[in-house]
This record gives sequence, C-alpha cells and structure tokens, in this order.
Amino acid sequence: MDINNLTISKIHQGLLSKDFSSVEVAKEYLKQIEERDKSISAFLSVTPELALAQAEKVDKLIASGKGVPILAGVPCGIKDAILVEGIKCTAGSKILENYIAPYDATVIKKLKEQGAVIVGKTNLDEFAMGGSTENSAYKVTRNPVDLDRVPGGSSGGSAAAVAANESCYALGSDTGGSIRQPASFCGIVGLKPTYGAVSRYGLMAFASSLDQIGPMSKTIEDAKIVFTVISGYDSKDATSKIDKNLGEKVETKKLKIGIPKEYFIKGMDSGVEKAVRDAVKKIEEQGIEVYEITLPHTEYALAAYYIIAPSEASANLARYDGVKYGLSKNQQGKLLDVYLQTRGEGFGQEVKRRIMLGTYSLSSGYYDAYYLKAQTVRDFVRDDFRKAFEKVDLILTPVSPITAFKIGEKINDPLSMYLSDIFTIAVNLAGLPAISMPCGKSQGLPVGLQIVGRHFEEDKIFQMASFIEKLVA
Amino acid sequence: MIKKEEVEKIAKLARLKLTDEEVLRMQKDMSSILDYFALLKKAKPRSKATAFTAGVKGKPGAVSTGLKEGVLREDMPKNQSIETVGKLIKEIPEKKERYIKVKTILD
Repeated sequence: MDINNLTISKIHQGLLSKDFSSVEVAKEYLKQIEERDKSISAFLSVTPELALAQAEKVDKLIASGKGVPILAGVPCGIKDAILVEGIKCTAGSKILENYIAPYDATVIKKLKEQGAVIVGKTNLDEFAMGGSTENSAYKVTRNPVDLDRVPGGSSGGSAAAVAANESCYALGSDTGGSIRQPASFCGIVGLKPTYGAVSRYGLMAFASSLDQIGPMSKTIEDAKIVFTVISGYDSKDATSKIDKNLGEKVETKKLKIGIPKEYFIKGMDSGVEKAVRDAVKKIEEQGIEVYEITLPHTEYALAAYYIIAPSEASANLARYDGVKYGLSKNQQGKLLDVYLQTRGEGFGQEVKRRIMLGTYSLSSGYYDAYYLKAQTVRDFVRDDFRKAFEKVDLILTPVSPITAFKIGEKINDPLSMYLSDIFTIAVNLAGLPAISMPCGKSQGLPVGLQIVGRHFEEDKIFQMASFIEKLVA
Repeated sequence: MIKKEEVEKIAKLARLKLTDEEVLRMQKDMSSILDYFALLKKAKPRSKATAFTAGVKGKPGAVSTGLKEGVLREDMPKNQSIETVGKLIKEIPEKKERYIKVKTILD
C-alpha cells in the first residue's frame, strides 16, 4: 500500500479485496506519524491502542463476510476541541491540560458507528482562536509543504496531518475560516458545512452562532463521503437542522458562477490572484457562465465578526472557572481569587484578548455601539449573499489573500493576523457552506480556491469542486 | 487609547487576572482593534426593507443565526448514564463524594 496515494475509497476497496487488513492500514499510518510527526507536530496525542482496537473490530467484521461501511478501517485525525471519550481533550489550552473527555461528540459517535479508526487528536490554536496554530499552548505545527511556515489555523494540526499522510482524513472546526484557511495553506480540501448541517454537540464551543465541524481531506470525494456521514439533525444540538434537499439538481455546465469584485483586493499576493483567476478562466473555457457580482458589505464583515465571535466566546469560556473541571488555582484564596488565578494562568494571550474584546463589546454603555451594530451588519452581509444567489448558484473567491507565512511572522501583530481571514469570514456570518480546494501554487506554496453555495446546497459545491479538481489536475 | 482603569475593570468583569505587562499590552492591542471597529458606523443596508428581515424586526442577527420560536427543548432534566456521571465526577478538581466543593459565595 502506498500511503501517499490512499483515499477513503482506495482503502475501502483494498480492505474488501483483502489486499491488506485494517490493522495493517492502521499500523502503516501510526508508523508514518512516528516518523514524520517529530518534524511536523500535527498531533497533541496519538491513540494507538484505540486505533488498533477499532481496526481489529473492522477486520473481524470483514472476516465474517458482513460488508463494512465506507469509513470502516480508515484512519482519521480529530481536532483536539472535539470530544473522543476516554481521550484527553485540551482545546490546545493549559486550562484543560489533564481533562479526559467524559463522552463522545455526536460526530465521533457517527464515525465510530462506521468503524472509523482514530489515530490521534490534532493540534489547534487555543480554543480555536487563531489563524496559524501558533496560539496552541503546547506546540507549533509546521506546514508539511515548507517546515518553516505555518499550516494555517485554527485547524492547523488536522490540515498538516492530512497533507503529511499521517491520517487519511481529519475533522476540523470552522468559525471564521479555521478549516478553509489551513486547507488552503497546506494544499488540501476542507469543507465548512452550512450552519446547522453538522451537530456541534461535543465540540468545545467558541462562538455558538458560527462554529461548524467539517471534513479535511486530500480529495473532494473524500470530503463528500465524510460530510455525508457526519451531517444530520441531532436532538442534542438545538441549532442542527433536519436534512433538507433544497434546490433542484442542475447539470454541472449549467451552474452559474459569480465572482465578487470585493474579493480581489490591493495588497493581495499576485500569485494567489493569478492562480484563482486562471482556475476561473479554465471553468469559462468549458462553457460555464461566469458573472461579476458584488457583495457590497464585504468591507464590514471582518469588524462585525471580531465583535460577534469574541462576544460569544466571552460567554462560552466563562465555564472554565476551576470549579467543575480543568485547571484550578488558588484554592487558598476566596472564590473570586480562584476564578482570577485559574483563568489568568490557564488562558493564553490570544484567548484573553478575545475574551476582553467580547466582554467590552457586551458591557453596558458599549453594547449598542458594538454588539448590536455588529449583529445588524451581519444581517446586511447575509442579505448581500441572498441577493447574489438570485443570479448565480455558486460564488468563487480566493480563500486567503496570502499563502502560508513564516512561523513567527505575524504572532506579534494580532490585527494583521485577523486581516488574513478577510475572505472566509463573511461566509460564517451568513451561515453558508463553503469549500477550500487546491487550485495552483504561488512561489511553490499552495493556493486555495473557495466555492460558496446556498444554505444546504453542499451537493452543488461538491459537483463544481469535483469538476474543477479534474480541470486543475 | 483605552485607559488602564478601563482595561482593569473589563478584566475583573471577565474574571481574568492580568499582570501589569499584560495590562499594558492589552491597552495597546484593544485600542488598535477597537479603532478598526469604527468603520462599522458607515455600514448601511442595501434597501429600507429587505424581505428576509420581515418577521424578525428588532432582532438583529436573529435570521443569521436561524433561531426561531420553538427550537428549544423542554426545560426538563435528562438523566445521563451512571458511567457518564462517574466520568464527569472524576474531572472535578475539589470534591467530596458526589458533591462539587465551592468556596463561600457570600462573605
């Protein structure tokens, strides 16, 4: 088995044809982690016992002649903000350094039902706050394409694990671009589903109205397979929606594409712009209609996001107080001291910054000018997309204005780090689905193309992405 | 530039202990980010009445979050399995049997 060329389907076929066993596949990936992760650091914990136990179960099923589901025996990495029962789950933070997950997230339950093989928990920016994985309290993950560069964030560990063939696919989470941007930086595929398509139960909450769990993989087909398994209504997540089959099926060449002029800005990397425009040209040459569209409130989306997300985060992270779980400091002092000390010591700089921004925006005297204003602008942003989708079926943009930057380059300039989210963020505000897929390179570094669809129209995204995947091959 | 006292007040509200160095850095970081937010003042809607906001007047963000009436379940406790409860109890930092130990709330 050539571990550098495996996909979910290839592993599935190989297992059914008895070319190899599930235990052999698991051992191969675990060996890869042992060899490569010293230099990449994609994983916070590796779970060989769990992986091999799961693989053995799959082999028994195959031996008994019963068929196995498509994900059976396929090794995956899980972002360390998603609970896997019995395994440490840190959210990349010191405040949860020794926290053992007491239950499985719904997505994990679904993967386990399929016979998935979990090889480990992947590194992330602390509490999913960041765009480079440098905000992890534990380690810096390196981009497998260039080890001096960041893999992107916050799902940088998951992206690096897939790019380095340390797992066949991975789960990440996306609040403002945290699946799409690292997928773009590492040259892989990453899908942020429609808000409500995938249950958030068991995902440590950052911003509850924005968070979504999604697949990260080598191919579009793999992303589609995983999405199909993990999506669906969950009674444990009140914001998850019943599956809808919205929209009629449209022939690929009849899908209409929109290119928003606001997404090609001064200062963006010229190689990125060229790679994306070349991909669009190739699509046009195939006879697909491409229109220039406008999303006029794009310039306000970033500011709205950096008020709304920290505000929700300030509420969601209030639970880390040293009382029910996690780090607990200053048991000698009074109750307030326990809170102050636990959180002061347990949280990193970026998390503190966002909690402060959120607390400020929600506090009396500032609520109207900041939080309420941001939510109003959020509706304007959503309305922009609604209007655009009257004319086109899919919107194509770059994922990021830049390619993977060097480790340490942006860590001391938070605003500059935030600005690199400029193309992904509006999508989260509007709750729309979007995929990042490789479309070329700029000076040897991967460039990601973003395809945005209407709510619950992931199938149209997969359809076009699959088409483009063949064009740019 | 946001004042030092303001930063300290917000930190206390957020239950965060900041060192003097962190307070200074937070002043600088928050100021530049809050200045950036000023651009939101210019944002105006496309048109006076957009179809989708009808029905959720006065609740900005409500449509974007998809929150509707009736999505919340009954406010009734649901029992977890004994095993899960055991795992939850294991994580408690200060406990006595199945009770979480907390400092005095009222002085």
